[in-house]
Amino acid sequence: MTARVLINVPKTAKRGEIIDIKTLIAHPMETGYRTGPNGTILPRDIITLFTCAYNGVEVFRAELSPAVAANPFIAFSTVATESGTLEFRWRGDNGFAASATAAIAVE
Amino acid sequence: MIRRRDFALGAAAAVLAPPARAERPALDEMVRRITGGAALRPGRVTLDVPPLVENGNAVPLAVAVDSPMSEADHVRAIHVVNEKNPQPQVISAVLGPRAGRARLATRIKLADSQKVAAIAEMSDGSFWGATAEVVVTIAACVEEVK
Repeated sequence: MTARVLINVPKTAKRGEIIDIKTLIAHPMETGYRTGPNGTILPRDIITLFTCAYNGVEVFRAELSPAVAANPFIAFSTVATESGTLEFRWRGDNGFAASATAAIAVE
Repeated sequence: MIRRRDFALGAAAAVLAPPARAERPALDEMVRRITGGAALRPGRVTLDVPPLVENGNAVPLAVAVDSPMSEADHVRAIHVVNEKNPQPQVISAVLGPRAGRARLATRIKLADSQKVAAIAEMSDGSFWGATAEVVVTIAACVEEVK
């Protein structure tokens, strides 16, 4: 399963600059508290973990609960230390896994 | 055939059994679980959430913590909790000096008009928090699924 992902990372940054990162992923985030058309509870299906690694080093991690809105949007900051790649990973119920990368050039 | 005694026992069990939607801990209890009993001080945390929202399915929320984010003094984690959703936790983020700026923005679901709290865990082990009241006109989780 490949989920649609949108990532906003500046292409270039000065060394030591604090950059803002925005991520969005298509996912229903079904809470497990709603009833379906036949009256049964819809099973929970959420993203539980989001991580961001900068050249292999984890710089941000978030544990999500059903209270995060559908199509989770997460924005955070990091320091541009060196040129390389940022790797984003999402894990969730029913074996959901998605990842995306973004390159950054640091002057 | 259902015998009367079996039926009576079944009914008693149904009454005694916890409700399907297990009781959620109160906001204070949840805050205590995060802080581990340490004092939660007001300040340093800015919780930005609209005071009135039309749709509880996607409420923008931003947390910023006043911290130098150095090796010696940084924010270890940011927790967001709520008062009246079926579950108290919303999101917990782990960050460190490499974040540069202690901030987190996302969109959340709110099942009712309620209080939302953000708690920052500092590297020195102290906890700082901020709360905000949100009025929701159309709650999340109640809409019909088609």
